[in-house]
Amino acid sequence: MNDRNPAISKGIDWSLIGIYLLLVAIGLTAIFAATYKEGDAFFQSFLKFKTDYSKQLYFFGISLILGFFILLTDSKFFSATSNLGYIVGIFLLLLVFPFHSRIKGTESIIKLGAFNFQPAEFCKIFVALALSKYLSRPETDFSKTRSQLIAAGIVLLPAVLAILQKETGLALVYFSFFIVMYREGLPSVILLIGFAIAALVVATIVVAPDTLAIILTIIAAVLIYIYWRQIKRRRRILTTIIFLWVLCVGIQRFAVPYIFKNVLQKHQVERIYDLFGKDNPYLENGESETAEEAKKKKESGSSYNVRQSKIAIGSGRIFGKGILKATQTRFDFVPEQRTDFIFCTVGEGFGFMGSVVLLGLYLLLLFRIVTVAERQRSTFSRCYAYGVAAVFFFHIAINVAMTIGLAPVIGIPLPFVSYGGTSLLTFTILLFVLIRLDADRQMVLR
Amino acid sequence: MSVFNQSRSRIIRLIFLLAFVVIIIQLFYLQVVSDKFSRLADENAILRKTIYPPRGLILDRKGNAILKNVLTYDLMVTPSQAKGIDTVFFCRLLEIDTAEYRKRIVNAIIKNKSFRPSVFEASLSPQKYARIQENLWRFQSGFYIQERPIRSYPYSAAANIFGYLGEVDTNYLKKHIEDGYVSGDYAGMTGLEASYEKALMGERGMQVLLKDNFNRIQGSYENGALDVEAAAGSNLYTSLDIELQQLGEKLMSNKVGSIVAIDPKTGSIIAMVSSPTYEPGYLTGPERRKHFSELYTDARLPLLNRAVNASYAPGSTFKTLQALVGLGEGVISTTTTFSCSGAFYGCGSGKPMGCLDPGTYYLKTGITHSCNTYFANVMQRVINNPKYPNVDSSLRAWNNYMYAFGLGHRLGVDVPTEQKGNIPTPEYFNNPKRFGPGKWNFCSFRSVSIGQGEVTATPLQVANEMAYIANKGWYYIPHIVDSIEGGDKFGLLDKYKQKVIPMNLADSIFEAVHDGMQGVMESGTGRGSKIPGIVVCGKTGTVENYANIKGQLVKQPNHSFFCAFAPRENPRIAIMCVVENSGRFGGTYAGPIVSLMIEKYINDTIDAKRKPLEERMASINLIPPLMKQKMRTKDSLQRVKEEEKALKNELKIIKDTLQSEDNLTEADIRAGKSSDNKQPRDTQHKKPVKTDMMAPEKQKGSGLNKKDTASK
Repeated sequence: MNDRNPAISKGIDWSLIGIYLLLVAIGLTAIFAATYKEGDAFFQSFLKFKTDYSKQLYFFGISLILGFFILLTDSKFFSATSNLGYIVGIFLLLLVFPFHSRIKGTESIIKLGAFNFQPAEFCKIFVALALSKYLSRPETDFSKTRSQLIAAGIVLLPAVLAILQKETGLALVYFSFFIVMYREGLPSVILLIGFAIAALVVATIVVAPDTLAIILTIIAAVLIYIYWRQIKRRRRILTTIIFLWVLCVGIQRFAVPYIFKNVLQKHQVERIYDLFGKDNPYLENGESETAEEAKKKKESGSSYNVRQSKIAIGSGRIFGKGILKATQTRFDFVPEQRTDFIFCTVGEGFGFMGSVVLLGLYLLLLFRIVTVAERQRSTFSRCYAYGVAAVFFFHIAINVAMTIGLAPVIGIPLPFVSYGGTSLLTFTILLFVLIRLDADRQMVLR
Repeated sequence: MSVFNQSRSRIIRLIFLLAFVVIIIQLFYLQVVSDKFSRLADENAILRKTIYPPRGLILDRKGNAILKNVLTYDLMVTPSQAKGIDTVFFCRLLEIDTAEYRKRIVNAIIKNKSFRPSVFEASLSPQKYARIQENLWRFQSGFYIQERPIRSYPYSAAANIFGYLGEVDTNYLKKHIEDGYVSGDYAGMTGLEASYEKALMGERGMQVLLKDNFNRIQGSYENGALDVEAAAGSNLYTSLDIELQQLGEKLMSNKVGSIVAIDPKTGSIIAMVSSPTYEPGYLTGPERRKHFSELYTDARLPLLNRAVNASYAPGSTFKTLQALVGLGEGVISTTTTFSCSGAFYGCGSGKPMGCLDPGTYYLKTGITHSCNTYFANVMQRVINNPKYPNVDSSLRAWNNYMYAFGLGHRLGVDVPTEQKGNIPTPEYFNNPKRFGPGKWNFCSFRSVSIGQGEVTATPLQVANEMAYIANKGWYYIPHIVDSIEGGDKFGLLDKYKQKVIPMNLADSIFEAVHDGMQGVMESGTGRGSKIPGIVVCGKTGTVENYANIKGQLVKQPNHSFFCAFAPRENPRIAIMCVVENSGRFGGTYAGPIVSLMIEKYINDTIDAKRKPLEERMASINLIPPLMKQKMRTKDSLQRVKEEEKALKNELKIIKDTLQSEDNLTEADIRAGKSSDNKQPRDTQHKKPVKTDMMAPEKQKGSGLNKKDTASK
């Protein structure tokens, strides 16, 4: 702090920047492989801003400039403006409702001239900062339920707005911030309850309702039998078991069907059921599909995407087909292959080896961020770092899992690799703010 | 607090790691363990396109291409790219209206999807082709013109020889499983197209291409390393004389029957006419199916190649062979005489065979005047020859002669659907249903001696007999194709290269028969068919025959037969002609037709003095009365069908206009309508029409199973 005019490079974590550059390079190659057509005027396309890979290269340039400016910024700026930023973010999200443009199935995009602007995407930065700010306040005692509820509110407000904009995928990203809260002392029980509910929901989808109810009843009976002696002494255990049994059966018989019928949209429910290879049972009367319709839907719907994506990745075998010889991705068999399904291009072109290298790089990035987080002296920086790690993790895991049929297709991009200006800029800002904060880790920020 | 939660950083890392491990396990399964995805990706992206080589041509003895390929031009459309053109102008060029245009576009989309090309109009006429070609730039990318080779017949003749191409069906695919056909391919169905399919089709090529998700071609796979070049089909060289073939078809127009002419020295067929025939180009091009069903149901059976697929009692032409047997067995000599007082009484007076000119005959005059009694006596001597212990063995000896002459079995000509004909055997007569063992003798089948009764032969077999007699004891199996361009890779021609010398008969025996046959032309039954300057040996035949009509044998007009070879020394042509149910005698119609054919072939032209004969023969209409009746039946049936169709249309219109009136059912309308129609329809059905006569197989049956019995 004595140094009045520190070099901008001082304290910067170069390994993060190195991983960042590598990932963006892989992304550019993958987008090129997916969209380059034989006979494209290669150099002209860069000048004319016409092809996707040249556009992405420009976005990369913009990101670098932005990153550079972030590194020039005083790190106090981020903590000072985080509350204001959050308000601006929420305002932008609200602005979408009257001004959104009509683009395929989403109501989350504002068109500004040539640019599509998606506040729900950007808002992650503001939420990460605001959550960190709230958690790092000296008056916040995170062991109190009230603080926990406020933190959850900060995270869930934009998620609710995103759901209203029919962007369930982006909304789910906000749930990743619970990792930050967990690190800051959220009781493990809450996480366990979360997992238990998730398991119950999955069981509801996979197992027939009556069977599941019987299974739950048997489990309850077995528990009562095991704890019979304790129950004799303390009646509360019996009450708890019965309460839990009623809760589980309630979720399974009423809550899940209610959500699938009335909260989620039809195609989303279908995607979830597709994942488990089942037909959506929550169609209204008269909507029940004939076998033919179902088959047609399979051909064209999201299960088609996943099937083609699995074929693409699977046909890459160990070493891949080579960058321009990947037939699945080159000839458009996989829809959305430059954006959400970009991992196919890597999997088909570079095979298992390439995929593992890319995933290894991501894992390295995440571990590095956690390491960086743990070395922070200020709570704000640590919380922010965990926020970045959580967001990246959620994107990477869900995106890759959905291309290989392990998660429902919810349409979120792969950080730094997927085509798309907004997402590249968002992730760049997230990472570079972290690098800036980390560079000033000797300072204690409030 | 920070310290308190330090352990949780490890748990978070563990969660990250676990998720990645799960993902990598799934990737390992997809990419390393399972191999079905590569196959699925190849199925997605690789298109194996067959390259069809041009089919081989067929050339005649003078080197004219008598069957070749021409290019036709199909107008193709890619509906998704055909938007925004001047439709009205386009329709004017094609002479269609805009409704038709829309209909075709919709059909194309239904058939092939809108982003793939389909045929908009097949085989453009030259005028339309010129108009479209000139203006194609206006409709570019949506429309283009595609070349397609089709078969063409510059001489419009010999449809029965060439056969036609047809789309292969599942049966064909099963039979030719190793030849690499796929459904949608065309292959020769009959005629030379079928017999020489292997040589004509050439070798198909294969192009391995990459396609995208809309099946659009994106380029070649592995730079064409797996591609296979196509090899063009081989040309076939024949001895056909296409002008002679045309003359034959002209002479046989409006007649039922056939002409077969063979070069006796080589066995090559010079002409093979089957009448009625059809314009061979009729079965190519876009209307192929329609035309085929028309021909298939035609009562005249134009698709039947009568030269090989119809067998007749050979009638008196058979006598030449009986002379050979008699002399060969030594039961007669050239000077043996038999006299005829008006009929053959060798079997008692039960049902004698008559002869036209009573008198005393020796071999030459017996042939010349076609004396029935003479040849009945000859065969009686053969069958009752004491050399053989019983009639079984003597008839078998006689059978061996017949088989040697090429009768009673398929010769093996290279045109499909050849029939065997029939030679009665001891086994046949020993069958209890016929006579039973020991219950028959010569008299039981005496009419066979003059080529009636149980004996039948195809026109090709009769022509081959002539070649055998002309050559004095040998023949080559008759065939149309002499050689195949680039060599006979499939051994298709091997059997035609071997001289057949079935038995040894002395030249003098043949000279005697030649004498008789020459006499036929000079002073006998064929004297009306003399050709100035050419020594012809011939034999007439007049064949009685019966048709089976509703279980009863009804006598039909005689078939007119004539067979000959010429010149007597160093013969160049062996020929036969049959005119079915023409009435009269062999010398009346078949004789003059054969003489014109021989003159044309040997002199290369027909003398101006004989031109009127040619015209007269060509213009006579000799369609048999029974066939005419069937044609009429068919026409009236068709009329009934058309009426039915018109009624249906009317019904539809009525229904459309009355749609609101629910109580009016279709049956009501039909009842009301048909009561209106009752009067005229009833008159039409006055004569009950036997519909089963319509079915082509039945026709074939009744047409060919005519029972033939004894006559001159």
